[in-house]
Amino acid sequence: MVGRVWPFRVERQSLQRIRVSWWADLVAFLVLVLVLFGVIEVAARWIGPMTSETTLDLSAWNLPLYALFSLARMTAAFTAALGFGLVYGRLAAADPRLEHVLLPVLDILQSIPILSFMPGVVLALVALFPHRNLGAELAAIVLIFTSQAWNLAFSVYQSVITVPKDLREAAAMLHFTRWQRLTRLELPFALVPLLWNSVMSWAGGWFFLMASEQFTLGERSFRLPGLGAYLATAADQGDLRALGLGLVALVTVIVLVDRLFWQPLLAWSHRFTLDEVSSELRPGRAAGSWFQRSLLVSWLWLQWMHPLVRWLDHVFDRLLRQEATYKLTRQELPSRSETTRHGRRALPLLAGMGLFALVGGTVARAALELPASSWLELATAASISFARVMVTLIITALWTVPVGVAIGTNPSLTARVQPVVQTLASIPATALFPAIVLVLLGLPGGLQMAALVLLALGTQWYVLFNVIAGAAAIPHDFIEAATIFRLTWWQRWQHLLLPAIFPSLITGLITAAGGAWNATIVAEYVVFRGEIYVAGGLGAEIASSAATGDYQRLLAATVLMAAIVVVLNRTFWARLYRLSMERFQLAR
Amino acid sequence: MTATATAGRITARIPTLLAAEEVSKYYGADGSHVLVLDRITLELRDGEFVALLGPSGSGKSTLLRILAGLLSPSSGEVRVHGEPLRGVNPFAAMVFQSFALFPWLTVLQNVELGLLHKRGLKSEERRQRALAALDLVGLDGFEHAYPRELSGGMKQRVGFARALVREPEMLFLDEPFSALDVLAAENLRGDLLDLWLARKIPTRAILMVTHNIDEAVTLADRLLIFSANPGRIRAELPGLPLAERLSKGQTHAELVDTIYRIMTNPREEIERLLPQARILQRPAAPTSPVLPHADVGELTGFLERLTALGGREDLFELARDLQLEADELLPLVEAAQLLEFTRVEEGDVVLTETGRTFATADLLQRKELFRQIVAERVEWIREIVWTLRVAPRHRQAEDWIVRRLEEHFSPAEARRQLETAIEWGRYAELFAYDEHSGILYLEENGA
Repeated sequence: MVGRVWPFRVERQSLQRIRVSWWADLVAFLVLVLVLFGVIEVAARWIGPMTSETTLDLSAWNLPLYALFSLARMTAAFTAALGFGLVYGRLAAADPRLEHVLLPVLDILQSIPILSFMPGVVLALVALFPHRNLGAELAAIVLIFTSQAWNLAFSVYQSVITVPKDLREAAAMLHFTRWQRLTRLELPFALVPLLWNSVMSWAGGWFFLMASEQFTLGERSFRLPGLGAYLATAADQGDLRALGLGLVALVTVIVLVDRLFWQPLLAWSHRFTLDEVSSELRPGRAAGSWFQRSLLVSWLWLQWMHPLVRWLDHVFDRLLRQEATYKLTRQELPSRSETTRHGRRALPLLAGMGLFALVGGTVARAALELPASSWLELATAASISFARVMVTLIITALWTVPVGVAIGTNPSLTARVQPVVQTLASIPATALFPAIVLVLLGLPGGLQMAALVLLALGTQWYVLFNVIAGAAAIPHDFIEAATIFRLTWWQRWQHLLLPAIFPSLITGLITAAGGAWNATIVAEYVVFRGEIYVAGGLGAEIASSAATGDYQRLLAATVLMAAIVVVLNRTFWARLYRLSMERFQLAR
Repeated sequence: MTATATAGRITARIPTLLAAEEVSKYYGADGSHVLVLDRITLELRDGEFVALLGPSGSGKSTLLRILAGLLSPSSGEVRVHGEPLRGVNPFAAMVFQSFALFPWLTVLQNVELGLLHKRGLKSEERRQRALAALDLVGLDGFEHAYPRELSGGMKQRVGFARALVREPEMLFLDEPFSALDVLAAENLRGDLLDLWLARKIPTRAILMVTHNIDEAVTLADRLLIFSANPGRIRAELPGLPLAERLSKGQTHAELVDTIYRIMTNPREEIERLLPQARILQRPAAPTSPVLPHADVGELTGFLERLTALGGREDLFELARDLQLEADELLPLVEAAQLLEFTRVEEGDVVLTETGRTFATADLLQRKELFRQIVAERVEWIREIVWTLRVAPRHRQAEDWIVRRLEEHFSPAEARRQLETAIEWGRYAELFAYDEHSGILYLEENGA
């Protein structure tokens, strides 16, 4: 009864201790049937003949099917992103030479605005499957993938290089094979951060799912049946009822996935933390243990999953049976000045230079072919977007700091407000875009106003969450000390609260800034009721040049945006972050 | 070396399980060799329990990892049963200071990990053997608990069970008791000795790294005492006869005292420290001067306590009085000696006149005195001050100094040396330091 072979299935309770209930079986059976039906339905749609300009039926009865299609895209993209993250992250951590190439590449990939991938990806994939829906579907999936994969890879990399030295040594002394080291040590260790990043990636996926279900490229326009397209169509036709229904359906799907999948997983992952004592709240584990009551699930697990997993473990252990060599953990490597003296960096340096030359060449060609006036336009657009992003961040910081501190320093309030905030935050801002555009376009300021609101919607949650976490982590002694010393309201903010939340505020703002640049593409260029609304900016440049098929300009604008993001990260944000870590870290 | 080590012992028939020959370990590559271990030669023979003792930085843990095959020596060779060691030592199991248990596995599963490499072992048999090992260390009933539910002592018992389930020929212990509270450590030590002496485990030799002298004297048949920077075997002493070890009588206290004396006088000749002339191995050349990592506040407290005790106290007693481990007390003693606040006479620390003045002075006088003595006695803090005087705008980046230091120390030790120098220099107000920019500078009036 003890699932010892697979490290993830750590301990199973014996069957007789679990209450068996027949309706758990019934639900499990229904779920299985639904999943099967869903797979068939999705497969039929994907390999079905090309229907490029789907007309969406706004009837509420279609919503479950649309939700299913959206969910299928998300699942496929996330699975791919997870696989990519595991392989890429593990490879980057495996060898310092690979690391020197893979990490910068990841850094660059991360800073390229996701929607700029769209034209290339769509055209290539649609060309690959000219008569099937598969091409457009795959394109949407790849786009969602690009919003999810990078941080997963970073997370895996970070975990693998920080596996504690003593555990690595123990694994070596126990003569682990490579496969055993991966599955018994590295993956369990990486699991918790990977899961939290997965939750973030999943949310990011919803954000771009909305944008990837409906788009125009030159003369061709694509509309994939799904919740995103449904919302856009509803707003387009001014159908408020359908808009509301679509939002309700979306939130339901998001909350259901969270409660039935992520929360149980997070609860289960709790045992993989290294902390000896953990004070953090353990999320509920309702669904997972509830399904254990089903005999059907138990039977499937014991008769099929368990032997299958055991067999796979055995096979892979044979394949990777070479005994893992013990490698130095990074902490033990000589200092930086030491490593630079090594001559071993020649190969990655060469590869890096090759890559640089390739990218540089492309950019240079674009720069040469694009007239100077266009570059000037792009630069102006960039400064407008920069101002917009900054204004958004300032507004966000202005309201999240007082609210976040008020919530965070009051534990009972935190407990009550947190779930509400989490649910609100789980609504992807892009889903609200059509509704907001519908309302705000008529008002003075038009899209200028709407664009700011759209950006703020997409970014504020990161900041709010971080501020709440930062405020909640202020040790009670400090607050008591502030009271005893009779600090005035202003002194309290100046000397305690602001410095204390500074690191988490910066962390939140960094994430928010990256997201905001990305979101400018959807926020500054809106197609509504057949008309195009543009609020000038680099995002609008990218979106419009993609829509009109001006790929040279698209490339130039994309490179410009990526460069701005990287440079800002490396200089401004990195410096602020270092400052916050050195000066204002409460616990050292 | 073997020739000196065999004095009065019958070693010819006892097989050698493990031998290190002229093992050295450097940090850094080309050109910048920093020596951590200097030509270590030792043997581990059938049936013995050997303890490696030494101050921190003496490389004893590094040596253990080389013998275990986790690290490879820069030069020299490790032989297991006469064969050169390649990769991880297949005959050894290790117990870690930090336990190194896998937190996501139960106690039983952690122990079963020890048998994972044995292919063809039926899972039922693996389970039985793991249960037997848990039984051996007195943990039956806890097999389904997770490590986080256990106390430190029990965790280390799991660590022992995981090592013993493999029935290793050699057992390597890396400070196995130092993370435990006093009672738990005492208890587990007793149980280990019991298993070992009663031959309840098939282990044929145990090698233990520790900084607890009392523990080493109680457990070991042979003691190797290391000196630091670079790590060398300073002396090799035979352990006490079993009866004297267990009774913890006069001879036990004497041996502990002797070892204390050896460790607190790193530059003294060994013969003068050994009334019994029990020495087995002779020390190598003297070591290079380093800054002991003593906190100024702790140093002051140490001197104040010494004054209160009448200005003269036995080292071992002093450590007990201050509740400090040997490697915590050593830097203080060394720092006090370096600054001529104390001197060591016959195993006692004696307060000098300067030391007495310092201990009884008020805060400002103390600072002034410390400043004078440091500027006068500590050569390389003087060097830093001199460097700053000639530097443009009297500033110098710490990295620059660290690079100078790395010519003599390992990168980690260079960093620590600088940290200590900064602490001393700041207290003495010889120079100032800006942590954010990592720059050392002279203050206006200090130039």
